[in-house]
Amino acid sequence: MRSVALTVNGTRHELELEPRELLVYVLRDRLRLTGTNVGCDTSSCGACTVLVDGAAVKSCTVLGVQAEGEEITTIEGLARDGELHPVQQAFHDRHALQCGFCTPGMVMATVSLIEHGEATGEEAIRIGLEGNLCRCTGYHNIVAAVQDAASAMGRAS
Amino acid sequence: MIPARFDYDVAESVEHAIELLAAGGGDTKLLAGGQSLIPALKLRIARPAKLADLGRLDDLAYVKDGGTHIAVGAMTRHATVAKDALLAEHCAIVSHTAAQIGDPQVRHRGTIGGTLSHGDPASDMPAVVLALGGELVARGKGGERVIPATEFFTGVFETALAPDEVLVEVRVPKLAASTGWAYVKANRRAQDWATVGVAVLVHRDNGTVAGASIGLVNMGGTPLRARAAEDALAGGASVGDAAAAVTDGAEPPSDLAASSEYRAHLAQVVARRALEQAMAD
Amino acid sequence: MSATEERTAYVGAPVKRREDEPLLTGRATYVDNMAPVGTVSMAVVRSPYAHARVTSIDLEAARGADGVVAAFSAADLQGDWKAAMPCAWPVTEDMKNPPHYPLTDVACYQGDGVAVVIAESRGEAQDAAELVEIDWEPLDAIVDVSKALDEGSPLAHPELGTNECYVWRLDTDATGEALEDADVVVTCRYYQPRLIPNAMEPRAVVAVPGATGDLTLYSTTQIPHILRLLAAATLGLNESKVRVVAPDVGGGFGSKCDVYAEELLALALAVRLGRPVKWVEERTEGYLSTIHGRDFVTEYTLAARKDGTITHCRAKVTAAMGAYLQLVTPGIPLLGAWIYSGPYAIPNYSVEFTGVFTNTTPTDAYRGAGRPEATYVIERTMNALADELGMDRLEVRRKNFITEFPFTMASGLTIDSGDYHASLDKLLELLDLDALRADQAKRRENGEVKQIGVGFSTYNEMCGLAPSRILGAIRYAAGGWEQATVRFLATGTVQVVTGTSPHGQGHETAWAQIAAERLGLEVDEVEVLHGDTAVSHFGLDSYGSRSLPVGGVAVWHAGDKVIEKARQLAAHELEVSADDLEYANGSFAVKGSPDKERTLKALAFSAWAAHDLPEGMEPGLEGTATYDPPNFSWPGGAHAAVVEVDTETGDARLVRYVAVDDVGAVVNPIIVDGQVHGGITQGISTALYEEGVYDEDGNLLSANLLSYLVPSAAELPSYELDRTESKSPTNPLGVKGVGETGTIAAAPAVLGAVLDAVSHLGVKDIQMPATPERVWRAIQEAKA
Repeated sequence: MRSVALTVNGTRHELELEPRELLVYVLRDRLRLTGTNVGCDTSSCGACTVLVDGAAVKSCTVLGVQAEGEEITTIEGLARDGELHPVQQAFHDRHALQCGFCTPGMVMATVSLIEHGEATGEEAIRIGLEGNLCRCTGYHNIVAAVQDAASAMGRAS
Repeated sequence: MIPARFDYDVAESVEHAIELLAAGGGDTKLLAGGQSLIPALKLRIARPAKLADLGRLDDLAYVKDGGTHIAVGAMTRHATVAKDALLAEHCAIVSHTAAQIGDPQVRHRGTIGGTLSHGDPASDMPAVVLALGGELVARGKGGERVIPATEFFTGVFETALAPDEVLVEVRVPKLAASTGWAYVKANRRAQDWATVGVAVLVHRDNGTVAGASIGLVNMGGTPLRARAAEDALAGGASVGDAAAAVTDGAEPPSDLAASSEYRAHLAQVVARRALEQAMAD
Repeated sequence: MSATEERTAYVGAPVKRREDEPLLTGRATYVDNMAPVGTVSMAVVRSPYAHARVTSIDLEAARGADGVVAAFSAADLQGDWKAAMPCAWPVTEDMKNPPHYPLTDVACYQGDGVAVVIAESRGEAQDAAELVEIDWEPLDAIVDVSKALDEGSPLAHPELGTNECYVWRLDTDATGEALEDADVVVTCRYYQPRLIPNAMEPRAVVAVPGATGDLTLYSTTQIPHILRLLAAATLGLNESKVRVVAPDVGGGFGSKCDVYAEELLALALAVRLGRPVKWVEERTEGYLSTIHGRDFVTEYTLAARKDGTITHCRAKVTAAMGAYLQLVTPGIPLLGAWIYSGPYAIPNYSVEFTGVFTNTTPTDAYRGAGRPEATYVIERTMNALADELGMDRLEVRRKNFITEFPFTMASGLTIDSGDYHASLDKLLELLDLDALRADQAKRRENGEVKQIGVGFSTYNEMCGLAPSRILGAIRYAAGGWEQATVRFLATGTVQVVTGTSPHGQGHETAWAQIAAERLGLEVDEVEVLHGDTAVSHFGLDSYGSRSLPVGGVAVWHAGDKVIEKARQLAAHELEVSADDLEYANGSFAVKGSPDKERTLKALAFSAWAAHDLPEGMEPGLEGTATYDPPNFSWPGGAHAAVVEVDTETGDARLVRYVAVDDVGAVVNPIIVDGQVHGGITQGISTALYEEGVYDEDGNLLSANLLSYLVPSAAELPSYELDRTESKSPTNPLGVKGVGETGTIAAAPAVLGAVLDAVSHLGVKDIQMPATPERVWRAIQEAKA
């Protein structure tokens, strides 16, 4: 067991972790932040994407102990004061989700993409979401939603 | 999905990492960005007794001007390499290639030192560093040594690093303005490993092509230099003929993405395109 | 006059989904999010061999490991099963159905479960599962569906003496006369690759023992009601003691339309241990333990006269069942059995299906189930026939389109409505085929490396499972009805209880639209309850594009019952005859005296208060309808794909996809478009990317998402959609199913486009998926 302090959605947590505990399970099982989903075991699907210091990472491919001192944002930390984040709003407006399972990861990957100034047009968005798989939407509405959100956030170009 | 149990230590310094490796007697693995190691842990393909985490070694995350070369600290993440201005100016093939590795999430965590030390013949960066004639700086109990890339990749997931050595820096040459370059990768999905990748540097002498360096991804047990193709080109062969020679000495694997035969063909096509692109650069 | 004609505020409106907010903010209720107090984790020990006998199994080390609560072998639990795992569709009287239990000591596919370990945590269960010591005696395995019936092939179940599961025929042309009279006969052979469904949410189960011998099963299932029945039967429990809850379910595509070993194991172990038992599938594990789809070999024949009139279609299918019959495994080919003539009027019809066992993961329903397999061979062969006749490919289609509806096909079923010409016309308006052909001609003339091709698919399909009468006639064990309750609460808001079980389709929004429309309410005044057998007592769940044309229509009919009861109450209160009342927009008015009226909301309160009800009327305003449609649902349409092929590498990339579908009336166009987007993506992916591959020993080589290529956004373009609308005359909403149309239509369009791009090089066939290597080889072979 190892003592780890990390900040999730602005709240600091001190935890005793087994080294083998993946960050996604720390979030889900320890902190009961179950919004971050596990969709595969090969780091392929991106469902577990969260932000570590503002950058999208697959939380299934980070050990909890590696997150010592990090600022982590999960899907639960995106909406503020009951207002959806522009990316969440755009996903809703564009019907960019169906079963919703890939959605938290897709949204977090999108936030990172837009914040990094990389959501500059359809092709860049499609390539930028290469690490997130969705089985329901065919991505059509997701791509449209990301374009809308990038515009709403003033980061479309 | 849940790794087998292991112990974990944070390396407080490179020297500490070396001590941890030595103490582990081969059962301790270094953890850099973890984007190859953690997937292997999850499937329990890798079962180290202990991980020594290099993640706190911020002093290994840098890109510096080394005079004739650019020095990249081993813990520099792919996303950082991809956006680095110094590399873009002097050795843009490295930053360009870093942006092709995995997917954005992988690039936010994975490091250049990690991908090189992992020795995966299907990874992008090793073949690029090989084509560049780069050097890898390893530190061990006996101090630092500089390993030419040509001697670094020794087998499938095997490198010249001693069991208690840590890769600390990658050096890539500053390319002359006249040097053309290309890294071309063929894969099925954007996030997939290269079915085949070809890195090319075209060296010019007074405006004419004097030769080329060619690195191959996923064409054998290690990243490869396509020496026969390089020699052919230096000897005045056409791009097409030189590209056809990239398979000389290669042992293209067969897997679900491609049979050996098709992979060899694909390498020739991709090599020709990379050469053409580099020559147009 | 019906309400539909008067008020169309909600049905047909692009209402944004009410399901979204919890899913977007991380408050979803997926099974893996649940952790009842005292939950233990289950891990299943699986066979690494495709066919092997356990000669000894030692659980002691596992039982002694940290955190382990218990461990069981197949023999330990055999007494817990009162019946083998269920197959609900014995398609013939003499169909072979070797019994399959949740654990076995003779593994018949890689991944067959042989033991379970229960521990306090998931990690400890996985650790201990590795400690189970097993001696195996490997047996010969049959893997390739096309070799399963060859003399001397290994037998998946040696005790059966054959790999043949059944032969099923539907033959209107036993003599083959039409074939002899035809001017042109084209026969082609196709392989439909094995597909792995890959719902993004892996399967998961939590079985919770109750205080009175009752059990609650939370499961990632499409079929809570069917599961309640069959879990009870398998475990020998009273069905009334079992509650099944399907909370938020992260996609299914058929793969969660099954009764799975892990569900039964969790229930049995929850009873044994008296603690909640949880199992969550690992993706790589799921590639073995969750059903696969397709794996058909089909020989398909079209015969025609010189003028292009098709006289005969004939399909001979060998379909892989996999190692065992899951819920409807043998019936999958039958779901396409009546539509091997496509949207074409073909007078002579014969279909023969042979189901075969192989030592592979069982197959079952995967999106489209039986119909993509039919449409693919029809559309590919239509192209071949046109080429043989020297006719334009679309012209041959137009010449044979069914044009008058209802139309009874040679296969015996009747298509209710459609307009296949209209869909194709609209498709061509959107496509600009002339420009594409000009581009193609230019590229060919210049010998460019990148060539383009255009492929078409004009299709129809039958979906919306019902009618019960027909399902019974084809030996399906259950009916095809669906139930809905519409319940006014005292304050005038409404609960809709549905037997459908959505897992991404947006029933909460769409059913609220239907109820609001029927009852003259605002959509926000309607709640939709589903997915819990304690709430929704009867239903037959969601699969086969049935939810809207059966379950959605049931909501409408339940609304009718509410209105009829309210009419009696309104007549009583207004002191008029019920016949003198006109209903519109949630209100009854007296004919000729429109100021004398009663709203449904006011009547709901009266019915609840029950102070002054007509003689004999029970309190409350609620109606339940159990709807059994008179016919299947018959969507259709026309799709086109444009593909660019790199002729040097063989890499084929989709550059455009245009789809015009006719799914009848549309309740919510946003949701319908979303269903089409997703459906066509899975068809595109079948044509270009996905393939479940075993080696000859039965090891699954496409073992996980690294090597089984589910495409990302980066591999796909945006799509161009439109619709035509032939309302279904069989239901008051005029709706048809939509969930599978895209998958059914897309693969032949995309494969056709790939072939069109390289046809000038002499390429005539490429097996799906059209991988770069396959395309390159086809070009090389054509050159040779």
